[in-house]
Amino acid sequence: MILYSVVFYVLAIIVLVSTLLAIIQRQVIHAVVYLIVSFFATGLLFYLLGAPFLAALEVIIYAGAIMVLFLFIVMTVRVESGEDTKAEIRQWLPAAVLAVISFFVGGILIFEIPGSKISLNTGMATPSAFGQFLFKSYWFPVEIASFLLLIGLVGVLYLGRRESKKGSGDKP
Amino acid sequence: MIVPYGNVLLLAIILFLLGAVCSISRRNLLMILIGVEIMLNAAGLAFVAASLKWRLLDGQAFVLFIFAVAASEVAIGLALIVYAQRRTGSVNADHYDSLKG
Repeated sequence: MILYSVVFYVLAIIVLVSTLLAIIQRQVIHAVVYLIVSFFATGLLFYLLGAPFLAALEVIIYAGAIMVLFLFIVMTVRVESGEDTKAEIRQWLPAAVLAVISFFVGGILIFEIPGSKISLNTGMATPSAFGQFLFKSYWFPVEIASFLLLIGLVGVLYLGRRESKKGSGDKP
Repeated sequence: MIVPYGNVLLLAIILFLLGAVCSISRRNLLMILIGVEIMLNAAGLAFVAASLKWRLLDGQAFVLFIFAVAASEVAIGLALIVYAQRRTGSVNADHYDSLKG
């Protein structure tokens, strides 16, 4: 089906362009808004690749929760405007060179492995099938993930509390 | 028939490298964390494509765990950034040089 290919390439271009625009922004808040676009398009890619439940989670968790959290923190934290620009190229150049080299090595590796040129057939894992599979085969990692979230919550509460009055001299 | 499997992997690797470049070359701590998020997202995309190729749901399960790890990681990371900004008054990674003699 040619339509699916067109949809995939359009979404891929949206993802790449918005991510590229995000990482070259000088202001963090613009980068966050571009990343919301990128994550929406990635959610649509998940839907195209047969994972509707993960597409919903991508929009809810990534584009919804994480990016809004970033927005709140950007509004809270005072960011120094303008990272000094004179040493900018010294930061960008090695990263770009390493990324290009890794890209070519990875591309060669990807297209050498057998089966990489076989087209993907469309498929769909319904949320109920996914949930039954998850709690049948992966119930223990789900518990570990819930513990991880609980520990993250406790850690955030510990780090984010106000400095107590006096007395308690030890700072965390 | 959507696209060849290699094209999805190529998209994932480009996205991952964009995140890595962002994370390496910026000094703002928030941008470093954003780069990590982009990298986790690219890994999730590769997992979903592999899950579709082999018709196994394990890849999608792993993406769910990546989401959980990313959510807790970003919460802890942002709390640390706010804490560091409260202590030192800066979110620039180059300004954390209080150990310098």
